[in-house]
Amino acid sequence: MVAQTLYDKLWSNHLVHEEADGTALIYIDRHLVHEVTSPQAYEGLKLAGRKPWRVGSIVATVDHNNPTKDWDLGIQDPISRIQVETLDANIKEYGALTYFPFRDERMGIVHVIGPEQGATLPGMTVVCGDSHTSTHGAFGCLAFGIGTSEVEHVMATQCLVMKKAQSMRIAVDGNVGAGVTGKDIALVIIGKIGTAGGTGCAVEFTGSAIRALSMEGRMTLCNMAIEAGARAGMVAVDDVTIAYVKDRPLAPKGQQWDQAVAYWRTLKSDDGATFDKIITLDAATIKPQVTWGTSPQMVTTIDGYVPDPAKEADPVKREGIERALKYMGLAPNTPIAGIAVDKVFIGSCTNSRIEDLRAAAVVARGRKVAGNVRLAMVVPGSGPVKRQAEAEGLDKVFMAAGFEWREPGCSMCLAMNDDKLDPGERCASTSNRNFEGRQGTGGRTHLVSPAMAAAAAIAGHFVDVRSFT
Amino acid sequence: MDRFVSREGLVAPLDRSNVDTDAIIPKQFLKSIKRTGYGPNLFDEWRYLNHGEPGMDNSKRPLNPDFVLNQPRYRGAQILLARENFGCGSSREHAPWALLQFGFQAVIAPSFADIFFNNSFQNGLLLITLDAATVDRLFRDAQSAPGFRLAVDLEQQSVKTPSGDILKFDIDPFRKHCLLNGLDEIGLTLQRADKIRAYEAQRREQQPWLF
Ligand code: SF4
Repeated sequence: MVAQTLYDKLWSNHLVHEEADGTALIYIDRHLVHEVTSPQAYEGLKLAGRKPWRVGSIVATVDHNNPTKDWDLGIQDPISRIQVETLDANIKEYGALTYFPFRDERMGIVHVIGPEQGATLPGMTVVCGDSHTSTHGAFGCLAFGIGTSEVEHVMATQCLVMKKAQSMRIAVDGNVGAGVTGKDIALVIIGKIGTAGGTGCAVEFTGSAIRALSMEGRMTLCNMAIEAGARAGMVAVDDVTIAYVKDRPLAPKGQQWDQAVAYWRTLKSDDGATFDKIITLDAATIKPQVTWGTSPQMVTTIDGYVPDPAKEADPVKREGIERALKYMGLAPNTPIAGIAVDKVFIGSCTNSRIEDLRAAAVVARGRKVAGNVRLAMVVPGSGPVKRQAEAEGLDKVFMAAGFEWREPGCSMCLAMNDDKLDPGERCASTSNRNFEGRQGTGGRTHLVSPAMAAAAAIAGHFVDVRSFT
Repeated sequence: MDRFVSREGLVAPLDRSNVDTDAIIPKQFLKSIKRTGYGPNLFDEWRYLNHGEPGMDNSKRPLNPDFVLNQPRYRGAQILLARENFGCGSSREHAPWALLQFGFQAVIAPSFADIFFNNSFQNGLLLITLDAATVDRLFRDAQSAPGFRLAVDLEQQSVKTPSGDILKFDIDPFRKHCLLNGLDEIGLTLQRADKIRAYEAQRREQQPWLF
């Protein structure tokens, strides 16, 4: 038999039909739904008089519009409230395997709750009307974001029309140093291949540095695959994957568990499988990363400098750098360590899981947020993450240091609720996008790991967490 | 979906690479539960000088005179010329909705982000990929010749310039077929309902934990 990649296996296992030109019908196992990208899909279904194909595939939550404090007051913004109530009504009318409405104790960011509940299982096809669905690829899934029309398509048919992507392997071998995380690996890769580097590709992350990552770290990495433009990111199944899934509420039990595990263990690329593109990285050379511009590829190391556009020969790129520096309010050649921050945000589907909060708490313990930092906030990814952190006393560590400890949600990752940057404010953020206006009109975002964000909060400026004492 | 056969229109050049969907339609407008009404907020943060929120009367907001779409010579443009990796970022379908509702029928760029690409075709917004050098030339033409127009013919897979040059583009045959005929993709998939059911039944047997 021909050696297959993990992507080949996932693809052929979900192939319902294929035309001669390669246009395929791919079956979808898990459909994650949130309030922002679903209302028009449900409306479309209704207008066409169609029924959902298999509501048992749907796991839904509220995450984008909810506030992260004063939950007893409800959702104050009337437009946000209507969107959330629309999801309530749609789930009530059509049904779902499970739904976590606003204030449910399991509610959280869709890409945190899926794995946490065992709704995401190895070998699945997982879709959501959200680009960061690539996160779930950490479980050896084929997981990707779709738009609202495709959300409706999956609801109505349980399938999507697509063509097979190219395959790319990104191999990271060696040991990463202390203070270097999955986030730094992700940012290094994006800096290397660019935000369009993975376009049209399903990426598999391999190598000893990836296998050494926890599931949280792998999720962070796959989450950011979309920032490299990839259709999907994935990591092969191993013991770490299986240990994470075991005993999750929606994971199989008993004999079905054994049967599932036997299958899951086959979910890796065969020896000798060929990829269309291969990128390799030496883990030992990776340092903590900080973005300086308005695209995740505009990134450098903590001991680096803001680039000088005068040194860029390509006029389009030079203009891009100039525009980014103007927006970011940064002068060329400024050392990254030392750039002062106004706000710090620890959260988002990239970095709001328990391991992320632990890493930030290690830095915050026994210290105080610097006086120039107006707000430092920690937003757990879900209700269960929040309770786990509280059980470990992390909330107390953060609050004693001067961080705000919030309720779960997307929060300042995209600022659809009240958590936002004011114009000109500079933020150390553990989220995934530093686009213009992403965290609030005129806001300036620097992407970093949770430990680096916590260190910036304490120092009042970016600082190398490896030498932070 | 509306049919797309051919279009002829004024070209507006948006000279930035990596234009993301947050820029195309900022998040505050995603709170709407409707499919329409996004046109006035296309490129909101670049187009207006003040901060926009849903429900504002956009006709009263101060326009940024430097932004390309506010320049009188590009008023009524139907074809957007863009740089590489247009539409990167989030999966919001509100981005193609906003472009269409503003009046664009087609976007020409050297490359597009994948999810945006899918979303655009689902809504009859034609995305045309041309090589970077050709796009560069079109930028120069559009910037130097006021009233620069292009004619797009989907059947022929061509873009015709005012000087009569024909630029050929590639398009996936299935997408072309759907666009030309304004087909409902869900309806097409449901024609295979029996196959989907058969697949499901077999899967239920082999991987029961998925159901
Ligand atoms: S945390 Fe941010 S990136 Fe993740 S789903 Fe929410 S808004 Fe999107």
